[in-house]
Amino acid sequence: MAEKERLSRETIAFRVAREFEDGMVVNLGIGIPTLCLNYPTPDKEILYQTENGCLNFGCNATPEEADFDLVNAGGQMVTTKPGMSLFSHDESFAMIRGGHIDLCVLGVMQVSEKGDLANWLLPERGIGSIGGAMDLASNAKKLIVVTEHTTKDGKPKIVHECTYELTAVECVDMIVTDLAVIDVTDKGLVLKEVAPGWTVEEVQELTEPKLIIAPDVKEVQLM
Amino acid sequence: MPINKVVGSFDAAVKDFFDGATVLIGGFGTPGGCPSYLMEALGKQGAKDLTIVCNNVGFGKELMKVVAMFMKVPDWWYDGGELTNNRQVKKAIAAFPVLASPLLVSPFEKQLRDGEVEIDIVPQGTLAERIRAAKAGIGAFYCPVGPGTIVEKGKEVRVIDGRKHVLEYPIKADFGLIRAYKADRLGNLIYRGTSRTFNATMAGAAKVTIAEVDEVVEVGELDPESIVTPALYVDMVAVRPEEGRTQIVQKISKEEQLRK
Repeated sequence: MAEKERLSRETIAFRVAREFEDGMVVNLGIGIPTLCLNYPTPDKEILYQTENGCLNFGCNATPEEADFDLVNAGGQMVTTKPGMSLFSHDESFAMIRGGHIDLCVLGVMQVSEKGDLANWLLPERGIGSIGGAMDLASNAKKLIVVTEHTTKDGKPKIVHECTYELTAVECVDMIVTDLAVIDVTDKGLVLKEVAPGWTVEEVQELTEPKLIIAPDVKEVQLM
Repeated sequence: MPINKVVGSFDAAVKDFFDGATVLIGGFGTPGGCPSYLMEALGKQGAKDLTIVCNNVGFGKELMKVVAMFMKVPDWWYDGGELTNNRQVKKAIAAFPVLASPLLVSPFEKQLRDGEVEIDIVPQGTLAERIRAAKAGIGAFYCPVGPGTIVEKGKEVRVIDGRKHVLEYPIKADFGLIRAYKADRLGNLIYRGTSRTFNATMAGAAKVTIAEVDEVVEVGELDPESIVTPALYVDMVAVRPEEGRTQIVQKISKEEQLRK
């Protein structure tokens, strides 16, 4: 049986960016989260913070614009922008720890039904890098995590309890995967949207905890 | 006598490094912000059993060749990976001890797996604040990052304002190696772009702070409103040779652009 199509990385980023509100301060993790930069509608003014010490940076630099002294947290060279500010690492994490980041988007290795996040140490690798993930996950006002719904060998990444080393406990507010959009609530995980061509039952099948189906559950809108 | 913190060479700047020293290394993990010339001098100087405190332990020259396939890499880039290759590192206190991709096995990761080096892994913001605490004379602080994770192991956890906090101590170091943009002979510093990063945080946090700069300007030339690191935090300043200076890097890229 041919595998059904799942949402692409770009589509996941597109869907996440719809959560960005005008005037928000947003920090984006490495990978799919960084792609979100491309998608908020132009009527929204968003201030992007990068933990290596910059607020309101511009787009990724072309080779001609590349400057070693202007990079994002993924090490990609970016451009300047009017209204940009620069700061040291302790200041940057005062912003983060102090709750001044409205929204953070991070990647996932496992996420639990209580919203515990594990995203820094793969057991099979045995050694990992925490980076800024713990600080961001535990202190952003809202945390959205993005992921493929299952691991490469088809196991759920949304689980009852994380078995991997944790990044932070009860920190996740929303999960956007290549199959679904799920809210983390006090009552449990609420399935809000499913990818086109997928049923609620199929998504549940690939999710360890029992999902609460939102009364208005709908297809992820791709436009 | 006029104060003059400018030393004649990078070798002179690191001549007093001793075996077993704890060294703060500025930067984030990319070439910009990395005190490359100081690190190279430390590599030659040869002090061993170092505890290095840094965000990203680094690539080393071999892996930089792989990085060069994806982005421009300057010849002068020299990082903690090279110090590790030289067997000068005993331990790292870092947020990024290994590279994100499991395919890129850094010298530090290799030696860690072989049991030759130790790691104390610290969340990035906690690392910054522990360094700042050393600079600011703070005895210890309760930090909301890490409860329920590997980070809280062996540490006091206290609930403050309804939230769990972990007790964290300052990181006290013997030397700090940092990269700045411009200095004056008094030791005032300004930085460039995101290269401020851990450099400005580390300035003044170790017993001896050594800054690697592009240029030393006359006293009075740096705008007092714009000085990021006041002179008292800095003990020595060493100046990069022309090929390592920011302006030159940009000039070359502009020439490349013109050729296209």
